[in-house]
Amino acid sequence: MSELRELYQTTILDHNKQPRNFRSLDPSSHEADGHNPLCGDQVTVQVRLSADGTVEDIGFQGSGCAISTASASMMTEAVKGKPLADVHALFDRFHDLVTSDPTEEPDLDGVGKLMVFAGVREFPMRVKCATLAWHTLKSAVEDGRTARTE
Amino acid sequence: MSFDPALVRKDFPIFQTTMRGKPLTYLDTAASAQKPQAVIDAISRFYANDYANIHRGVYELSATATRLHEQAREKVRAFLGAAESREIIFVRNATEAINLVAWTYGRSQVNEGDEVVVTALEHHANLVPWQMLCKEKNATLRIAPVDASGTLDLEAFAGLLGDRTRIVACTHVSNAIGTHVPVEEITRLAHAKGIPVLIDGAQAAPRFVVDVQAIDADFYAFSGHKLYGPTGIGAVYVRGEILDEMPPYQTGGGMIERVTFEETTFAPPPERFEAGTPDIAGAIGLGAAIDYLEAIGLDRIERHEAELLAYGTECLEAIPEVRIIGTAARKTGVLSFVVDGVHPHDVGTILDGEGVAVRAGHHCAQPLMNLFQVPATARASLGIYNDREDIDRLAAALHKCVELFH
Repeated sequence: MSELRELYQTTILDHNKQPRNFRSLDPSSHEADGHNPLCGDQVTVQVRLSADGTVEDIGFQGSGCAISTASASMMTEAVKGKPLADVHALFDRFHDLVTSDPTEEPDLDGVGKLMVFAGVREFPMRVKCATLAWHTLKSAVEDGRTARTE
Repeated sequence: MSFDPALVRKDFPIFQTTMRGKPLTYLDTAASAQKPQAVIDAISRFYANDYANIHRGVYELSATATRLHEQAREKVRAFLGAAESREIIFVRNATEAINLVAWTYGRSQVNEGDEVVVTALEHHANLVPWQMLCKEKNATLRIAPVDASGTLDLEAFAGLLGDRTRIVACTHVSNAIGTHVPVEEITRLAHAKGIPVLIDGAQAAPRFVVDVQAIDADFYAFSGHKLYGPTGIGAVYVRGEILDEMPPYQTGGGMIERVTFEETTFAPPPERFEAGTPDIAGAIGLGAAIDYLEAIGLDRIERHEAELLAYGTECLEAIPEVRIIGTAARKTGVLSFVVDGVHPHDVGTILDGEGVAVRAGHHCAQPLMNLFQVPATARASLGIYNDREDIDRLAAALHKCVELFH
C-alpha cells in the first residue's frame, strides 16, 4: 500500500474530487484538445494570454483518471499569472520529475506543489496520465493542434 | 469432476514470479493467456531439434518440420470439430482471420447497396474490417442491438437480415462484458435467408468445446495466444464449399501452383491463403496448447470457469461501490465493472499494487462502452489457473481501492 499512498497523495485525491479551474473560459485566446487513445482520457485546455504573453486565466474540462484530473487541476493553479517562458520551464521540470529514476532521490527543485506527483515515477504506465494536460497546454499556446499521449 | 487450479498453476512457470512482492493474481486471460511449460517446451524443442522451412524441402529435416506443422493443423481441425484439415487456415491471430475473410470472401460478395450485419458486442477486430469493406463498396453496415444487460436482441437481429445482407459477423463471447451469444440461433436465422456467418471465437475457443459443424458456422476465427499458445499464430475455419470459391488473400511464395511472368495459378486451400513462410513454431506451439487443454478437458474448464464467474459475481455484488457492467443471463469468463467515483485506470493501478493484474480501458469495444455510458471499465477475466483465492484477492484489493478514494 505504501507505493500507492505515495502515488495517490491526499492532495491528488482532493484535486481529483474537486478540480480547480474546471470550467470553460470566455473569452479565451488559445485552446487545444488532448487525448490519450489508450485509456480514453480527454481534456480541453483553454488559456487567455495577455499581450506580453502572461497566462491571465486558464481553465480545463474533460474526463480522466485521478492522476490526469489532478495534474490538470494543479497545472492550472501553477501556471496562472506566469509568463509563458516560466510555464515551459515548469513543464520541463515536471516532466523530468515524473520520468526520473525511482531509485534515486527526486529532484524537487522548482516544482513547488507539483512535488506530490513524484510517486508517478514508480508507475511508468501512468506518466502519460500525469503529462496529458501539460502537453495539451503546450499545444494550445503553440499551434492549437490536438495533443496525444499514448 | 472438477480439477485443481493449484496443480494447473504448477504447469505455468510465470506463477513462480511475484508482482510488487506479492504472488501474481493474473486476471487478464481474456487479453492473453499465460503459457504452460508444455507449450514453451514444444517451441524450444522444435527450434533445437527439428527446425527447417516447410514444404518442398527434399531433405529429412524439412520433411519433419512439414509433418509437425501439418500435425498442428490436424489438431486444430479436431479441436474445432471441422470435417477436413484443409478447412483450417493458419493466420497471425483472430484479427487477421477476420481481415482475411473480409478482404477475400467479403470483397468478392459485398457490392454497392448490399448490407453486412454485426452486433453491438463486437471487438473492434470484428467491426472495423466490415466498416472498411462497407465504405469501400458503398454498402451498409447494420448493428444488431443489445439490451441493458448486454444480451443480444435476437428479434432485432433477425429483423436486420434482408435480401441485401451478404454476411453476418458475430462474436461467440464478448471480450468486454462476457455475454455468451447463442451462435447456433444466429446461424439458423441467417442460413434461413441463405446468409453465411462468421463467428469470432477468440474468447470462446479457450473456454468451452467449440464444434463448428454443430454451430453450423461458415467461418470461425480464433487466436492461439488466448488459447494458452504462443503469440503470432491463430486460425480461421472456412467451410469447405466456400473455401473453394474464395479468392486468395496475400500472394507470393507458398500459395502458388504455377507462375509465369504473365500469369499465376494458385495452390488449393489451405496453402492458397498462406503466402510466405508461416509461423511454423507458432503452429506447433498452438498444437501443444490444444493437447494441453484437451488433457484437462474443455468440459471441465467450462464448469470450473462458470463456478468461478458465479463466485466472482457474488463477491463484486457484495461491494456497494462496485457496479458490474454486462449482466446477461449467459456469460462466460469475463467480469467487467466500474467502481463508483474511481476511474478504471486508478482501479487498475491500485489492484496492480496488490499484485492483481486486470485490464482497464475500453477493451477494443468503444461503441459498446458508449452504449453503457462509461468511458472504460476494469475487467477481470478468468483462466484455467485461477481459483477462489484469486477472486478473494481481487475483492480485498477493491476494498482498498474504495477505502483510498472515499
